[in-house]
Amino acid sequence: MVPLNWYLMLSAAVFAIGVLGFLIRRNIIIIFISIELMLNAVNISLVAFSHYLQDLRGQILVFFVITVAAAEAAIGLAIIIALFRNKDTVHVDEMNEMKG
Amino acid sequence: MNNYLLIPFLPLAAFVINILFGRRYLKENAHWVSILAVAGSWVLAVMTLTGMLAGKPIINQDLYSWMVSGNFKVSVGFLIDQLTAVMLVVVTTCSTLIHVYSVGYMHGDKGYYRFFAYLSLFTFSMLMLVMANNFLQLYFGWEAVGLCSYFLIGYYFDKKSASDAGKKAFIVNRFGDFGFGLGVIMIFLTFGTIYYEPVFAQAGGLASQTVNFLGYDVHLMTLIALLLFCGAIGKSAQMPLHVWLPDAMEGPTPVSALIHAATMVTAGVFLVARCSPLFSLSETALIVVALTGAITSLFAATIGLVQNDIKRIIAYSTISQLGYMFLAAGVGAYSAGVFHLYTHAFFKALLFLCAGSVMHAMSGELNLQKMGGLKKYMPVTYWTMLIASLSIAGVPGLAGFFSKDEILWLAYAGASPVGRFVWVIGTVVAFLTAFYSFRLIFLTFHGKFRGTHEQEHHLHESPKAMTIPLILLCGGAIASGWVGIPHLLGGGAHFTEFLKPVLGHPEANATHAEEWMVMAISIIAGLSGIGLAALFYLVKTDIPVKLAQQFSAVHKILFNKYYVDELYSFLIVRPAIWTAKNILINITDTKIIEAVVNGIPKSIGAFSGQLRKIQTGFLQHYAAIMATGILIIIAVMLLR
Repeated sequence: MVPLNWYLMLSAAVFAIGVLGFLIRRNIIIIFISIELMLNAVNISLVAFSHYLQDLRGQILVFFVITVAAAEAAIGLAIIIALFRNKDTVHVDEMNEMKG
Repeated sequence: MNNYLLIPFLPLAAFVINILFGRRYLKENAHWVSILAVAGSWVLAVMTLTGMLAGKPIINQDLYSWMVSGNFKVSVGFLIDQLTAVMLVVVTTCSTLIHVYSVGYMHGDKGYYRFFAYLSLFTFSMLMLVMANNFLQLYFGWEAVGLCSYFLIGYYFDKKSASDAGKKAFIVNRFGDFGFGLGVIMIFLTFGTIYYEPVFAQAGGLASQTVNFLGYDVHLMTLIALLLFCGAIGKSAQMPLHVWLPDAMEGPTPVSALIHAATMVTAGVFLVARCSPLFSLSETALIVVALTGAITSLFAATIGLVQNDIKRIIAYSTISQLGYMFLAAGVGAYSAGVFHLYTHAFFKALLFLCAGSVMHAMSGELNLQKMGGLKKYMPVTYWTMLIASLSIAGVPGLAGFFSKDEILWLAYAGASPVGRFVWVIGTVVAFLTAFYSFRLIFLTFHGKFRGTHEQEHHLHESPKAMTIPLILLCGGAIASGWVGIPHLLGGGAHFTEFLKPVLGHPEANATHAEEWMVMAISIIAGLSGIGLAALFYLVKTDIPVKLAQQFSAVHKILFNKYYVDELYSFLIVRPAIWTAKNILINITDTKIIEAVVNGIPKSIGAFSGQLRKIQTGFLQHYAAIMATGILIIIAVMLLR
């Protein structure tokens, strides 16, 4: 039996990798993948707690997260393609039009 | 019977109709609306007076509640007693005749409808003033007539001197009205109401009460009376606030006749008469009123001696005669003051209208030195003006004689401590009045014409619309005094008797012989004034010039009206302009107001300029800030 802490540490590690990747990398596809990593890190901890507490509601929530993530991936990739067509690049340093 | 309500509201309706439809639709017919309305008011006013004479009761009625705030309650209400009835007749009579006269005088003017609209608005305001049954409505009428006066003085607003004169009248009146406003507030604080009836009823019980005013203990009644009198000084052009009235002659002549001779300027006298129960309680206030009146009348009469502008002479004459009325009120002879107000309204309106008729013939020329010999060209104007001048000079039998004599007699014989003193001044003024009135007549109508050739060619009598009011007013200038013939001459002094319930009547403690003497002296003063004027300006016309040279300093002072305007310009106007330019514009406005107004947006701009630097547009910077925030929140939660 793997203890809960291990799952949580794994989850934290994956989440941290996701955050760092999001902040550090400049390729928008990598950033996008980092977001997926963060989502899945959360999924891990949700499933771990669900198992630990013998409560299925956590796993139900995971399904929702996966669904939303899938939808988000579809829209996100579409946006990235649109961006790439406009800018001929996936480098985020060149995408600074959101300035106030 | 609420007929009396129509008296003020008919002119108001005429004003509304003229101002709304005058420009487009009525145009040259604008006068019909106003004249019909004012004539209707006149009929009702005369009915009111005759009803009063027949013994109908005094009306004191609230029309509707105007404002209620705590225990401060005011209604629009009307009080019609003997004094109001007399004032109603004076106002509507003069107003009607002057409306008719204006048809001829203002013919062809481009603001014809506007003129009649304002004239009607003025009549409405004046009627509201005299019909009020509380001080606030009085104040409303008071300010409204001031406003109309401003409109009408500045009627030729494209002429700078006229619009300046309008502003001057308005601003000078502010000084007086400030005191008046304070007086009304004091009345409310003292009595808890501003209705005449309870105020006058309670006043007697508070006669000896004192109040701390600017560090001095003064009698409450003296303070209230003097504050109210401040308003009267401004509106009735008494010293030291008289400066606006001569300048007000910039307005059209019918306006001078109606507003600045017959009605509005007498509002001050009406105020003092109306508040006679308050004034009578304070001997100090009465002395101030009497002395102000006496000094003003002497002062204005002396200025009138040497002026050359035909309207200004009559304006100074008005100031002087108003001084007479205050003199009367100050010695406690309120009804004599109102009697003089009533007769004065006729002969002074007549003098102004005659002056207007002369101006009409002279194409707007006002300088006496350029007139002369007009008698044969305009006989109606000549005879009516002559009778008006005889009346003002106090020639026996005419209106001015009876009212003036009444005032002088009561000043002489009354109980006032300054009575004898003001009687002397009054007699001197009677002499001066006769002199300058006839100087005007002789210089205008007698001798040779001194104007240009074209002017002489143009000379003509005025149209019927102008001469008929002159003749009617002339009837007033002759006969209006007959209602007040004193007992001494076999009359009934009906006027004084009629007003006795409102104004009371002072006891005259002197003998019949003295009464004859006072009357004889005033007649001699008047006749010798006329005689001297005849000598100077008909027989030996070189005397005035020689006198002016010999006493050139005196002449200069009088000619420049005692330099009062210059003094005010030096003491008030120029400091005010200096303050406005150097302090208000340069410091208050630019350094304080503009600094604040511009400073706030500037500082907001600077702050947001700093703030927008963190909004880089890079997604990852926002994410980093978010992550840092989350980390801080977690750290705080863990370490707590």
